[in-house]
Amino acid sequence: MASIEFVRVTKSFDKQEVIKDLDLKIEDGKFTVLVGPSGCGKTTLLRMIAGLDPQTSGSVLINGKDVSRIAPGQRGVAMVFQNYAIYPTMSVRENIEFGLKNNKVGKAERTELVESISRAVGLYDYLDRKPSTLSGGQRQRVALARAMVKKPSVFLMDEPLSNLDAKLRVQMRIELIELHKKLGTTFVYVTHDQVEAMSMADTIVLMNKGVIQQEAPPDRMYRQPSNCFTAQFIGVPPMNIAELGANGVKYGFRPESANLSAEPGDELFSLRGRIATREMLGSETIYQVRSGSGAFMIKCREDLFAVDQEAYVGVPADKLNFFGPDERRIEARDSSYRDYLEALRGQRHG
Amino acid sequence: MDKKRLGELFRPYLMIAPAMAGICLFVLYPIIFLGYLSLYDYNLMNKAKSKFIGFENFAEIFSRGDFYKSLSNTVIYTAGVVVLTLLLSLVIAVWLSKKSKFNVFVQAGIFTPHVVSIVSIALVWLWMMEPNLGFLNYVLKALGLPPSQWLQSSESALMSVILVSVWQGIGYYVLIIVAALQSISPSIYEAAALDNASKLKVFWKITLPMISPQLFFILVIMTIGSFKVFDTVKVMTGGGPNNATNTLVYYIFENRTTNIGYASATGVVLMMIIALLTFVYFRLLSRRVHYQ
Ligand SMILES: Nc1ncnc2c1ncn2[C@@H]1O[C@H](COP(=O)(O)OP(=O)(O)O)[C@@H](O)[C@H]1O
Ligand SMILES: [Mg+2]
Repeated sequence: MASIEFVRVTKSFDKQEVIKDLDLKIEDGKFTVLVGPSGCGKTTLLRMIAGLDPQTSGSVLINGKDVSRIAPGQRGVAMVFQNYAIYPTMSVRENIEFGLKNNKVGKAERTELVESISRAVGLYDYLDRKPSTLSGGQRQRVALARAMVKKPSVFLMDEPLSNLDAKLRVQMRIELIELHKKLGTTFVYVTHDQVEAMSMADTIVLMNKGVIQQEAPPDRMYRQPSNCFTAQFIGVPPMNIAELGANGVKYGFRPESANLSAEPGDELFSLRGRIATREMLGSETIYQVRSGSGAFMIKCREDLFAVDQEAYVGVPADKLNFFGPDERRIEARDSSYRDYLEALRGQRHG
Repeated sequence: MDKKRLGELFRPYLMIAPAMAGICLFVLYPIIFLGYLSLYDYNLMNKAKSKFIGFENFAEIFSRGDFYKSLSNTVIYTAGVVVLTLLLSLVIAVWLSKKSKFNVFVQAGIFTPHVVSIVSIALVWLWMMEPNLGFLNYVLKALGLPPSQWLQSSESALMSVILVSVWQGIGYYVLIIVAALQSISPSIYEAAALDNASKLKVFWKITLPMISPQLFFILVIMTIGSFKVFDTVKVMTGGGPNNATNTLVYYIFENRTTNIGYASATGVVLMMIIALLTFVYFRLLSRRVHYQ
């Protein structure tokens, strides 16, 4: 059990600052997902927790204790690498056992631990195999077992599922959620896939270019994005955002918040447009509606429209989001919020 | 139709025919001829006087003291060169495996002797090892150490030849091992760091097994090469003093004119020894070598 804290952490590679003055608190026992586009510094952040690439300045605290001078092997963390980093010359058993041996765990206890863990992850029959004879999914489990067997207080995972096929990825996602429930330890999970983040996280930490954009549980991240970047990173398709045409303010709404109809509805926001594309996905259909003020993606339960047909997009007032000229969210309690709502009402059918 | 089939049947053989002709002419024929010669009391001047004597040459080999002397010299030389080169090149390679400008420079320096002809190297060392005026004894004296007779004493001559061979070959093997070390994924070392492994443990349990295919390759190549040593001996000592540095190939060379049949038989024995050694290596070490 451990909480993790970054205090004014800066990390540079060859004089180039990748992360600057970052503050972050990761709660004890939570499943925290670091998500963001490639190259935004997620791996760098994770490696600072592990101590593999220590911070340039600032401090990293595990359980309130500054670990800057503590070696990776003694921080009580275990890591699952993106490429698994399994020792290729050791058998599965030796791979899992290696950390225990280094920590001077007795032989009897070791054997018992290895066997119970390997049974838990379904590797029991493969203990004496070499990693090269295992499938991708099995290697993934070796990496996982190797981390679990040490009973770490923090689990670090760097895109552990990205090398698996789609079906196995969904299955492993569920297994990891269950594993977290069972162990109750702190999980820090890195991914660039927002679906993975949404489905697994207790808390999502969204990053871009080394800066934390928002730190929130998945539902809040989705419903109340704190800026345009978050709004457009989370969700498929992302939030529709367009210029309001006053003070550089933008408005936005989720594709599924809009109603599409042949006749103008009575929602606050209404807009006439033409269906440009139609993607039929089975349970839902995604339309792209083109109008004078831009193109909008609309997600519908029913498949009522055809390409080139005219339609009205309507969004109720409580589903609208506004972002200021600095791209930050304008909260409903803000005094200007009403004005922007009215401005949008004035543009009906535009 | 049938013609086309026939063509397809023969085409692969046709394609490898030039290479096979080369192998037959330059590998198989000499070996067979070697075996043929070894069974004769061969007269180089007058072919008609040559006589088939069966395995008499071999019987003679195993009854002569000078054969055993050169065999034991060869074994000592091989063991010395292989062990020293492997250990030294491993140590140097581990030291040089971090990529930096300085290391690349040092590596190039160590590699240079490999580019120079062994004859030149042997001559330079011959000069340096001269007991009275040579550089090595000068250094030893300057350091207050007793000087050595180097190549002039039967006690130190073989050791001196080993020294030169190791010095000449080491750069090449360092190069191979450095490449092997650099191909190990850094994340494996990071995983080991997280597994709380000590430096020594990382070396024994991760680095060494990971480069074992290359080490095995070096072991086999060097054993075969060292068993066939000739040039250093020829230039530096001529097998002396008192046969102290006479090796198998030099022994064959000495007998080439006086008794070609006997020399050929020795060649066959050498071939057998090398084949046997290689076979033993593969059997004994194959379990310890980790091909991935
Ligand atoms: N060892 C390194 N040397 C130099 N630059 C690095 C190194 N590691 C990462 N970077 C840079 O730091 C930035 C963040 O990288 P990373 O943390 O790996 O991103 P990601 O979010 O995709 O995991 C990238 O711009 C990358 O080029
Ligand atoms: Mg990464």
